[in-house]
Amino acid sequence: MAVETLGSAPQVKVAPWNDPVIRGWVFQIVVVGLVGFLAWYLVSNTIDNLQRQKIASGFHYLEREAGFEIGDTMIEYSPASTYARAIWVGILNTLRVAVLGILLSTILGTLVGVGRLSPNWLLSRICAWYVEAFRNVPLLLWLFLFYKLISEAFPGPRQAISLLWNSVFLSNRGVYFPVPMADPIHAWMGVAFLVGVAGAWLLNRWAKKRQETTGQPFPIISTGLGIVIGLPALVWLAGGAPHHMSWPELKGFNFAGGTVIQPEFTALLVGLVLYTSAFVAEIVRSGILALHKGQSEAAAALGLSRGQSMRLVLLPQALRVIVPPMTSQYLNITKNSSLAIAIGYPDLVASVNVTINQTGQAIENILIIMAAYLSVSLSISAFMNWYNKRIALRER
Amino acid sequence: MTDAMPVGDRKPLAPPVDETGPLGWARKNLFSSWGNGITTVVLVAAVVWIASWFLEWALFTANFTAATGAECRGGGACWALIREKFRYIFFGSFPYEQHWRPLFAVITMLAMLVLSADRRMWNWRLLVIWGVGSFVTFLLMFGQIHIPLSLILFVALAGGGIGLTLRSALAAPSERMGYYALVGIGAVGLVLRILGVLPSWSIAIAPLSYVETSLWGGLPVTLILATYGLAFAFPYGVLLALGRRSNLPLIKGLCVGFIELIRGVPLISLLIMASVMLPLFLPSGTTIDKFLRAQVAVILFAGAYIAEVIRGGLQSLPKGQFEAADAMGLNYPQKTLLIILPQALRVVIPPLINTFIGFFKDTSLVLIIGIFDFLNTANQALVDPNWAGFPGEVYLFAAFVYFIFCFSMSRYSKYLEFELNKGTRR
Repeated sequence: MAVETLGSAPQVKVAPWNDPVIRGWVFQIVVVGLVGFLAWYLVSNTIDNLQRQKIASGFHYLEREAGFEIGDTMIEYSPASTYARAIWVGILNTLRVAVLGILLSTILGTLVGVGRLSPNWLLSRICAWYVEAFRNVPLLLWLFLFYKLISEAFPGPRQAISLLWNSVFLSNRGVYFPVPMADPIHAWMGVAFLVGVAGAWLLNRWAKKRQETTGQPFPIISTGLGIVIGLPALVWLAGGAPHHMSWPELKGFNFAGGTVIQPEFTALLVGLVLYTSAFVAEIVRSGILALHKGQSEAAAALGLSRGQSMRLVLLPQALRVIVPPMTSQYLNITKNSSLAIAIGYPDLVASVNVTINQTGQAIENILIIMAAYLSVSLSISAFMNWYNKRIALRER
Repeated sequence: MTDAMPVGDRKPLAPPVDETGPLGWARKNLFSSWGNGITTVVLVAAVVWIASWFLEWALFTANFTAATGAECRGGGACWALIREKFRYIFFGSFPYEQHWRPLFAVITMLAMLVLSADRRMWNWRLLVIWGVGSFVTFLLMFGQIHIPLSLILFVALAGGGIGLTLRSALAAPSERMGYYALVGIGAVGLVLRILGVLPSWSIAIAPLSYVETSLWGGLPVTLILATYGLAFAFPYGVLLALGRRSNLPLIKGLCVGFIELIRGVPLISLLIMASVMLPLFLPSGTTIDKFLRAQVAVILFAGAYIAEVIRGGLQSLPKGQFEAADAMGLNYPQKTLLIILPQALRVVIPPLINTFIGFFKDTSLVLIIGIFDFLNTANQALVDPNWAGFPGEVYLFAAFVYFIFCFSMSRYSKYLEFELNKGTRR
């Protein structure tokens, strides 16, 4: 008898209200029930209110004519376009600011972060004060300041400040600069650029493999850059080197020709980049400080040059510390670009806000905003997680 | 035989002049190499150039006394604008002759925050400080406070419930009876109140004239939104973090979904939601104060971020702490409140302060839905046609005020990090 029960734990009689499993389920059902009840209450109120206000729910309004002007568009748009197109214009504008902001603030932030660690006392002090000044003041205030400075302190087009021998003009209507005249060769140059990037990537793989097997290093940075820049340049030369430029010229009250960066876009981008790079600088600095001093000493003892030890030994290790917090900064840039609405840059939130005011379709529009930001955020974090996994320390 | 000079009497040579003192410092820190030297010279030139331009504008040619904007024009900075408008920038459209009220409200809130920063207050005193401080702040801002009976009953129920959960095993029988009495009075009273047996009676404290929230503005609004945003978001963020770490699948799913949803969208979209969608969610006819709506949006937003910070603290605890608490026979609330949270929160106090700095700055976004926080009143000061055209002065002034707040908080967080790590640092 006793032998049979020895193998399994003795069954203890537990009252159902003391059984952790049953308790857990009861608790969960109660909480989910409460949340469900709250949701039902809100939804039923909403349906009631919508019926009362005679708002038809659904996304049909997206096909109607938008009827509002958008100042800064990347694709063809007119007030006769649909709401869907207006929102798409907003999404593209948000993405444009986010992508440029991420690129520029990474570069500036890295420079400032490395500058803070400089042996030069003055440089490190200036970088430290830069970080403190931008981190401790709201981004919105910086945006207002830059926007007001551009639109009020810069002269009008007639007295525009000209830079670089009358080719770039700064005025309160934006920054004007020359662009090459459209030419069929540009499309081919784009193709050549993509081919160059693919070629450089293949070359990099080959060079890495060769160095691992034979120890022979290959000057991959200069060759890669040469391919990426050289191929489009060759195509340009082969196409007869078209060099006609469209120059900005004062005609009447404004400039004609060339292209313009709107003041709203400039203020938003400058504000976002200066603000975020202060945070990026701190991340880069702590990433570098996290490395043990022995790493750089060991690299020097192996006979690596300063550049090589940075590129092959220090940076790959610092990146492991840097990448996760950097991901959240990239997400912040994307989300903070929604402050555009305050200075009148037509980003996603601004377009949707006008749409809400005109159609009254609050729920559908808020859903669009949330879906758009969530998908951008999730794709950025998916990419950064993939990158993080790639550079992560591989232990046994 | 000549006597050798005793060794002890030899004077050591002074170190080389170029390695000590200011000269040595400069050589080491500014001119250690050619490249460094050139950088220093270029930077000094740039700093001198910018500083001289700025001082010229902000000090030497500035106008501090002009009566109108027209008198200011042409010179340097127009600080007279700030002199003229600072009361509006700080207190918004609060009735002018009553400005002492928001002033004292700000002082009360600052005192509350400074006292909470002192580690000797981190016990029951904190509750007293916040209770008294909040009461004084809102009494000053509103002028009149009505405390409804149902709120008092609810507090009795909650207080008794918390006491019973935490101290059921430790308390003397008389203390436990007190908790049972509180729960009983609260529960029975609330039921009677809902059934309509008890009247909707309330205590009125009305020493001052009533000022509605739409007239509030400036610094008190920013401070209230940030402080109470954090105060309410904190317990709710703790719950979310615990829920996210729970092994009950439904609870965990709810918390993860909520946290990721909120963190994935910008605060502006939540504020717009609070201003256009909340009216749709509620039974028709009910209106919620705009200020309260913004406050709710800030709390929802802050909770998700605080939850992630606290989760970091929970994850840093070794598993043995949880197991030891289980082995002692503590139930879940006891284990969490007496063993886990005190240790987890200690770790996350510095990052929590950094989160608070973030919210303090983020409250400026409420201007988009038309609430007059400090940045918005500064913005409105520019609208006056008599004083148009001096955005730089106003924004620099506002930036300076924000900077003082955020910078001192970040210094405090650094100091705390140092203090709290004393035990683990060698």
